[in-house]
Amino acid sequence: MSRDDEAQEIALDVNGTKRCAVAEPRTTLADFLRDHLGLTGTHLGCEHGVCGACTVLLDSHSVRSCLLFAVQTEGATVTTIEGLSEVNAELHPIQQAFSAQHGLQCGFCTPGFIVSVAELLAEDPDPSESTIQSWLSGNLCRCTGYQNIVKAVRTAAELTHPKAGPGRG
Amino acid sequence: MKPPRFRYFAADSTAHAVELLGEYGDEAKLLAGGQSVVPLLNFRLVAPAVLIDINRITELDHVRVDGITTRVGALVRQRTIERDQELRRRGPMLTETVGLIGHVAIRNRGTVGGALAHADPAGEWPALGLLLGACFRIVGPRGRRTVPVDEFFRGFLTTAIEPDELLEEVELRLPSPGAGHAFVEVARRHGDFALVGVGAVVELDSRCRIAHIAIALIGVASTAVRAGDAERVLRGELPSTELVKSAAEAAAAGLDPVDDIHASGTYRRRIAGVLTRRALYTALARAGWERRDVA
Repeated sequence: MSRDDEAQEIALDVNGTKRCAVAEPRTTLADFLRDHLGLTGTHLGCEHGVCGACTVLLDSHSVRSCLLFAVQTEGATVTTIEGLSEVNAELHPIQQAFSAQHGLQCGFCTPGFIVSVAELLAEDPDPSESTIQSWLSGNLCRCTGYQNIVKAVRTAAELTHPKAGPGRG
Repeated sequence: MKPPRFRYFAADSTAHAVELLGEYGDEAKLLAGGQSVVPLLNFRLVAPAVLIDINRITELDHVRVDGITTRVGALVRQRTIERDQELRRRGPMLTETVGLIGHVAIRNRGTVGGALAHADPAGEWPALGLLLGACFRIVGPRGRRTVPVDEFFRGFLTTAIEPDELLEEVELRLPSPGAGHAFVEVARRHGDFALVGVGAVVELDSRCRIAHIAIALIGVASTAVRAGDAERVLRGELPSTELVKSAAEAAAAGLDPVDDIHASGTYRRRIAGVLTRRALYTALARAGWERRDVA
């Protein structure tokens, strides 16, 4: 436990690897991941919890990494977009589905969307269109449009859980 | 933007948090889910010298349903309430209303105690507190005390909690099994703060008269408010379309909401009437009222 505002060592599990770096208490988890650990897949849009671009999983639950301080995640398990598939390996089925359905254009918001979808499919492997829509209401996309993103989530559900039937409304 | 510098302390028990509050009270802010305070820090609208993180205090993370009383620890996440099967089974008022708060990633972090202590005038929890006769257990260097809901909300973002105190738990009286409830809102986008919201709890007696009624509105004043005039119109009466309309008019007439960038005061007052009517129709139907005037 810190008793100071000075930089301190923070150790946590990121994408299955124990990582350790020194940061001030005021460093958000998003900045810690990007600037201290070099994981720039987590994007920062609004920095006040509205856009969802910085969404990561904290102990398997989606959170805004701009609304959390790195020091709070000491000992926790964090999954970022980089943790979904290995470098140079096949993309994660959710990433494949976004690619196949044109669920991204500029791609800025995509890491946040994909991480949110990862939590959704872990909780509900066969989500309805309305479930997908309300689940993703916390992620803003300003160019692709949401139709293809919703389609991509359905495709991802079918890829990851073959039992998830196509065309559920 | 980035937050200003602060000293950070992670409390590992309520006693530890109280000790830290005793030392730093006036210059400290508590950090629970952080979904309101961290945006304020990032915007540098607040700059406390000290942040006391209460996220590791497991004793504040409990939901206990005991007969008609439900006790919710201050650190319970909104998502925990939303997914609690016992609360869902017990009558889904909390389940449904909490689902209106923000988005999943916000509800995964945001806490019940944080929402009540922050007391946003458009927040759902202050209205739930008013509707469910909340009692607030507060602890600080001078000991523990209990504050009833009618003394808790003091004004815009202000409650009875002193700067060196901590909200430990809120006690709620959930609607009885035969009661009907509703919580309806108008927001610009799904998950946004409501422009206006109305919650209602109704209970009918064996002769179908309104035995219990509570109506609370959000987004129309500096705090959540009870619609006392509307409740008086309804109490003891036989429900009817005309009665609901009169109650909705009474609810709106008692309000003087201010204009802001999101909506004019006139619009908010009008919507308050419409939403009161809708909330009452839903709550009455759930309480067993059969509306006979609609085809």
